Amino acid sequence: MSVSGYERAPAIADGSRPELRRHLELLWEGEGGFIGWLSTVDHKKIGIRYIVTAFAFLVIGGLEALIFRIQLAWPNTHLLTPEQYDQLFSTHGMTMIFLYAFPVLTGFSVYVWPLVIGARDLALPRLNALSYWLYLAAGIFMYAAFLVGFGPNDGWFNYVPYASRDYNGGPNMDVYALGMVLLGISTTTGAVNFVVTFLRLRCPGMSINRVPMVTWGTVTANAANIFAVPAVSLAFFELWCDRNAGTHFFTPHEGQVLLWQHLFWMFAHPWVYVIVLPAMGMVSEALPVFTRRPLVGYAAVALGTIATMVLGFGVWVHHMFATGLPPISMSFFSAASIIIVIPSAVAVFAWVATIWLGRPVFATTFLFFAGFVFLFTLAGVSGYMTASLPVDWQLTDTYFVVAHIHYVLIGINVFPVIGATYYWFPKMTGKLMDERLGRWNFWTMFLGFNLGFFPMHITGLLGMPRRIYTYADGMGWDWLNLITTLGSFVFAAGVLLFFINVVISYRRGRAAGDNPWDAPSLEWSTSSPPPPYNFAVIPTVASRYPLWEGRMPGSSRQTITQSGLVLDHGKEQIGTGPLDAQADIILKTPEDTLVPLILCLAVTAFFVGLLLHWWWLGIAGLAATGLSLVWWHWPREELGETAEPENA
Amino acid sequence: MRPLRARYGLYAPAMAGLLFAGPAFAQAPLTYLTSNGPNADAIRPLTWALIAVSVIVCLIIGGLVLAGVFRRPGLALPEPGSPMEVGPEGGGLSWLWIGVGLSSVVLVASIVWTVAVLAHIARPPAKPDTHIEVTAHQWWWQVNYVADDPALDFETANEIHIPVGRPVAFKLIGGDVIHSFWVPQLAGKTDLIPGQTNEMWLEASKPGVYRGQCAEYCGIEHAHMAFVVVAQSPEDFARWRAHQLQAPPAPTGQAARGAEEFQMHCGGCHSVSGTQSGGDLGPNLSHLMQRRTLAAGMLPNDAAHLAQWISDPQNIKPGVNMQDPKLSRAELSDVLTYLVTLQ
Repeated sequence: MSVSGYERAPAIADGSRPELRRHLELLWEGEGGFIGWLSTVDHKKIGIRYIVTAFAFLVIGGLEALIFRIQLAWPNTHLLTPEQYDQLFSTHGMTMIFLYAFPVLTGFSVYVWPLVIGARDLALPRLNALSYWLYLAAGIFMYAAFLVGFGPNDGWFNYVPYASRDYNGGPNMDVYALGMVLLGISTTTGAVNFVVTFLRLRCPGMSINRVPMVTWGTVTANAANIFAVPAVSLAFFELWCDRNAGTHFFTPHEGQVLLWQHLFWMFAHPWVYVIVLPAMGMVSEALPVFTRRPLVGYAAVALGTIATMVLGFGVWVHHMFATGLPPISMSFFSAASIIIVIPSAVAVFAWVATIWLGRPVFATTFLFFAGFVFLFTLAGVSGYMTASLPVDWQLTDTYFVVAHIHYVLIGINVFPVIGATYYWFPKMTGKLMDERLGRWNFWTMFLGFNLGFFPMHITGLLGMPRRIYTYADGMGWDWLNLITTLGSFVFAAGVLLFFINVVISYRRGRAAGDNPWDAPSLEWSTSSPPPPYNFAVIPTVASRYPLWEGRMPGSSRQTITQSGLVLDHGKEQIGTGPLDAQADIILKTPEDTLVPLILCLAVTAFFVGLLLHWWWLGIAGLAATGLSLVWWHWPREELGETAEPENA
Repeated sequence: MRPLRARYGLYAPAMAGLLFAGPAFAQAPLTYLTSNGPNADAIRPLTWALIAVSVIVCLIIGGLVLAGVFRRPGLALPEPGSPMEVGPEGGGLSWLWIGVGLSSVVLVASIVWTVAVLAHIARPPAKPDTHIEVTAHQWWWQVNYVADDPALDFETANEIHIPVGRPVAFKLIGGDVIHSFWVPQLAGKTDLIPGQTNEMWLEASKPGVYRGQCAEYCGIEHAHMAFVVVAQSPEDFARWRAHQLQAPPAPTGQAARGAEEFQMHCGGCHSVSGTQSGGDLGPNLSHLMQRRTLAAGMLPNDAAHLAQWISDPQNIKPGVNMQDPKLSRAELSDVLTYLVTLQ
């Protein structure tokens, strides 16, 4: 019986052989130069690109916030016109929620995932490149309009009818609507990629109960995206139709105004979990490294992650408690929103127990993650308060909610992300970040954040509505707003220290070595930075903490990283079963190609055509999209698409 | 002296914070930590209870994290080539059982209290005998008092009078975009949504002027969309209501000239009962001078502010739908003389 190239039994060999490494280097190293830069499908390059782009948006969104915090520092301040203020706060929300918070997590996952699961790339590398290019295109698309004065001006949740043409005649909302649909394509393609990678590319032996914690958050969030994003893409497309084609999806009498809110929040509430669960996964992954013991309650935390996401689809109406829905139906959503605290409590007590039972290593990552546990709790309890229906009738749309959303987004996203940067920067660059500057970085951010954002809770309890461009004196909010503004500048200085540390450490940080933290997962078994092929031979793991085996009481060394499957007949990876991760197929990985970039340009041209009503451009973009897809899917011999690869 | 200062240096800001939070709390007209009517009264203790639970949870978790970090000396960063010790896998699950178990009890209790409050305020304690329709416009409030006999209906704006001690029923109508009706001292928010009519009730337990505010972002002057609720004794309220039903007195002299100019320049948008000014794009001005504020709670209502407002609305409230009527100095004087007769 002949054995196909997918089913051959690969040799098992020592991965340190120089000739094997040279051969793999030739196979996996992309082209150099500008074309190589544009055509790469290497997850490590794309991951770093994602992270850098997302951090750029973080800086831009932060500067926007500082400008309007000056406006709000004192009553009756008129630094900005109302229209400028509205565009700034809306663009700030759009930037932080859509262009920073999720893409930065995607970037870390794109970089780290194949390394922690013992793979050489994501399952669909070209799709990965497409996701990134579309994200960049959507970001530029939406910002181009802001720069010429047509940024979104209806807040990030963009309620109709204010977003309709009757009340918002400029192109602002068309840009936001089309930009969000474009970004949705990026999110969806990324989501599919993570789910497939999680199911099929874990190295042999990494059964479902041995998956590193960092992957649980990301795979849960991305599985959710596949269900959540269609609601918002549809909503924004319908809004665009209402505005441009005379349809009546959301008009008051022919259509239904509240339909917008349902469609938006059916997406956006799950999205809140989407932008925190992967960050919680980062903490569950690396906190144990700095407490020198495995995470308490691995299974409970993993299942809690999934439970949070599932429940997260059943609570969207708590954003609509004041819309006059029947109290009996809203009370269900109120109870569900209170119950969703339980799986989060599982995670909190698991982290606290991990710290309590371990011994801390005071690295900067640990400071960020321990601080995060406190911020997570604070964000959680303020969310629990808004979940109570009658209380929410008072709290909603005040600064209390502004405080809550910032504790969620900064406390549960920015703090873990910066902690994770300290943790994985050495793997990405081969250099350690400066620990002394890191401590300054943490304390400035932590104190500045709480100084700035904690008082917002009180401002909200004293009745300050959100989204007002100025306020009269005598409302009891003056000092609180001044403190908030001061705190936000201190916090911004802390973020600046982080970027200074990144630049300094990138230039002249200490050499990291393969495993500077003595961490247990597979990415630390390869060099820093990793070679283009990640692992010379595919490892076989035997536990949750491969590199700690033999040192944890009661464990023995069984994981094999030094020798393993040799896959060198072209760019190859091993495909494994979804539950027990037994090797069952050899997968061919595509070479670098310009087709994702070209497809992205074609799709973007289509959207620009729709925006400007340049129908010729729209049709050309659509045609180019079709041609690019044909090119993409044209059968290729090296991928085994024209004939079975032979067993060499 | 110096060590003492150093030592108390950290506490000073916290103390100052507490000291100032006290008075601020009493002086914030939109706070809901105090309340003045049965609807808001039912919500307030639940709000305080949830605040208390939240503060306690943060103190416990924060304390456990700090204690967990400092209860044993920390370890130095790992050195290359010398692997550190690692604790055992497993264990610690009792933390989850106890922590999550206790949390669940508190959460279920919160649900029970929430539903109880909800049931309590879902309907007014007695059948309301005052019915008010509020229509929200960018950026002002149209207020219609509705009676069984249509002859007793009348319209006013930005100021709602109610009798003390009686529940008042509201119908809330969205005139253009979504707004939210909120008088924190009396009740929580209800949105006004175009295409649907929402209902709510509130009641004031003592006389006073309670500030209200649009709480849903509604465009560039969302910040300046306030109103007041004036709670009066039932007798005063009846007098006010009767007065609102009367047409203003016929103007004479300069005021009569002002009335003509008003009708020409302003009557397309504003109406005054008993005259031919019948516009419905802006607030009804029939008894303008009885109101406490101008421009939806933005300015005190007196002749000087009225003059400022009429001559430069776009500067005072940028983006407002009212345009500068471009009155000459004499015309402005006439119109003002007329308007102050609208008692």
